[in-house]
Amino acid sequence: MAEEGHVSGKGSFTPVIQRQDAGKASYAQGDVAEEGPLRDVVDTVLGFARTLRHAGVAAGPDRVEAMLAAIGHLDVLDPSAVYWAGRLTLCSGPDDLDRYDAAFVAWFSGRRARLPRPAGRPEVRLAASAPLDGGAGEGDDDGETPDVAARASADEVLRHRDVAGLTDAERAHLRRLFALLLPATPMRPARRRRPAAHGSVHPGRTVRQALRDGGEVSRLRHRRARPRPRRVVLLVDVSGSMTPYADALLRFAHAAVRARPGSTEVFTIGTRLTRVTRELRLRDPDRALVAGGQAIPDWSGGTRLGEVLKAFLDRWGQRGTARGAVVVVCSDGWERGSTDLLAAQMARLRRLAHAVVWVNPHKGRAGYEPLTGGMQAALPSVDHFVAGHSMAAFEELSGVISHA
Amino acid sequence: MLHLVSQTTSGLPADPDALAAALEGTGYLPDQGLATAAYLALVMHRPLFLEGEAGVGKTALAHALAQITGRPIYRLQCYEGLEASQALYDWDFGRQLLHLRAAEAAHAADDPARLEASLYDRRFLLARPLLQALEDSPSVLLIDEVDRADDEFEAFLLEVLSDFTISIPELGTVRAETPPLVVLTSNRTREVHDALKRRCLYHWLAHPDFDREVAILRRRLPEVTEQLARQVARATANLRTLDLLKPPGIAEAMDWATALHTLGARELDPDLAARTLGAVLKYREDTERVRGLPAEALTGG
Repeated sequence: MAEEGHVSGKGSFTPVIQRQDAGKASYAQGDVAEEGPLRDVVDTVLGFARTLRHAGVAAGPDRVEAMLAAIGHLDVLDPSAVYWAGRLTLCSGPDDLDRYDAAFVAWFSGRRARLPRPAGRPEVRLAASAPLDGGAGEGDDDGETPDVAARASADEVLRHRDVAGLTDAERAHLRRLFALLLPATPMRPARRRRPAAHGSVHPGRTVRQALRDGGEVSRLRHRRARPRPRRVVLLVDVSGSMTPYADALLRFAHAAVRARPGSTEVFTIGTRLTRVTRELRLRDPDRALVAGGQAIPDWSGGTRLGEVLKAFLDRWGQRGTARGAVVVVCSDGWERGSTDLLAAQMARLRRLAHAVVWVNPHKGRAGYEPLTGGMQAALPSVDHFVAGHSMAAFEELSGVISHA
Repeated sequence: MLHLVSQTTSGLPADPDALAAALEGTGYLPDQGLATAAYLALVMHRPLFLEGEAGVGKTALAHALAQITGRPIYRLQCYEGLEASQALYDWDFGRQLLHLRAAEAAHAADDPARLEASLYDRRFLLARPLLQALEDSPSVLLIDEVDRADDEFEAFLLEVLSDFTISIPELGTVRAETPPLVVLTSNRTREVHDALKRRCLYHWLAHPDFDREVAILRRRLPEVTEQLARQVARATANLRTLDLLKPPGIAEAMDWATALHTLGARELDPDLAARTLGAVLKYREDTERVRGLPAEALTGG
């Protein structure tokens, strides 16, 4: 067994640990061994948990309690024991491990070192991320209220307008239309069976009824499989060329996540892959989009569709996220990298997914032809190719997803 | 034959190192993190949630733990649509009905209350793994690939794992005298709910380093030559760096070494390696890619 450092057996997840630092310094400061060890251990652990939460690991009070209990069973003066006691109780996924290691070094070496900040720089992002927000509400609230009929026909026009060419006021109005969008969910047959009027015989319920009737099987009870929602995965391109549409697409994604939080996953693609499902679960669309914007480090950057798609399939798709799902790629297919890679990854995606939908906002323009290299490479593996440039197109997209 | 090295009075290893030594006695070589995790799971009565790539020894750990503690192991393989009646318990309806008929024939049906009580007797109850593990305490409960079950099932699990009791309305509550040592494994095909993870110790099981992998191969496959074991471990480690669709785990390395040994190899030569690649790579794209590489790409480093 490795005895080279305080933090041994660490696998590939502890590249940043500097062995001499971990653990030693804090005990020198706290002087745990001398007097009142318990008090100091609790303080130290609480302080560490605070550092860890700051680094983005959700180390709640119950987890901290578990860490204290774990230390109680181990040698408190052995830094590697403390390291493992914390890692086993405070972390809840592989993403937490790097942050944990960094925070551990920072706290127990006494250095208030740079912790990895949550990715993304809000001040830049917000401007880019929320074009629909610009001049929110001002445009149509301060003027006179148009009568209902005029408003309704204006809605109708707005539904078909390209979101890239809207004024601030129109965008604000469109935001409200998004709230009314209720994406339908595709369904799939499931294994779990529920009591039903028809279907195969349900032995348990039949016999239970018979027992109640004194052992006479008077009526057969049935059960049948209930369909379950099929997973929907949205991959939204947030690169520079998609800037005019990214906000609307994320709003669409938010509506989809809100409709089926358990079976919808949203990732943004650009130069890297970011999972924003968690952020988009917030009820309020604007707050959800701000949270999503902060999580996305590559707003309006370049596009490496093939590579990012590969990252998605490696980390998520092949494990299960894309299996049997309706995968919706929202992108203009503007690929800087090699289109061979994109074609290969799209073929791989198609083998995993139930259906692949490609949303290209430019498709809504008259005379559009999918000539970009990326589009050409992707189309052979796409089941449905739709536009995504206006409210009406989003409604159509929602229909395509639910019937895919 | 027992492998327990140093024990406390309760029969549990005294510290993580003792547990590691005991595990090594069964042929399972844990690193310090895993030994600490298993030790804490034992003494804190907390379920151990193991995540990691397929084939890194998650399931094998549960079996090794059962072996060193001398406890029976109950395994629940999860899959979509898994129901409480397959995980907790079920009534044997057929036998209940027969019992009722027999009672009628013997004119024993005069006292309905007694008849009903006799219908819901323990002998008509079919215990499934979760109930078995609680009844046969202390035991090891392996809940394999929990990420494959659906979220409804997680709710059941949460209830059982929080206080290790199962209540059967017709019979009463079953409580484990000693909570079972629970090992949950996940291949991470789906994010398991936080509420479940919060009750567990979380451990990410990574691929072993080179020396440990050689040691594991040598221990599990004593007939394989040291030279071959080292070369297979080296080649497997190299394959893991190639960004394949499915990087090989320890299970695949063991399969590969076995395949090579069966073909009479004492060391890894490029020709044999190419012929046995199917034991270690499971995708056509991966096989083609590796075949196209020079031999040093596998054996070097």
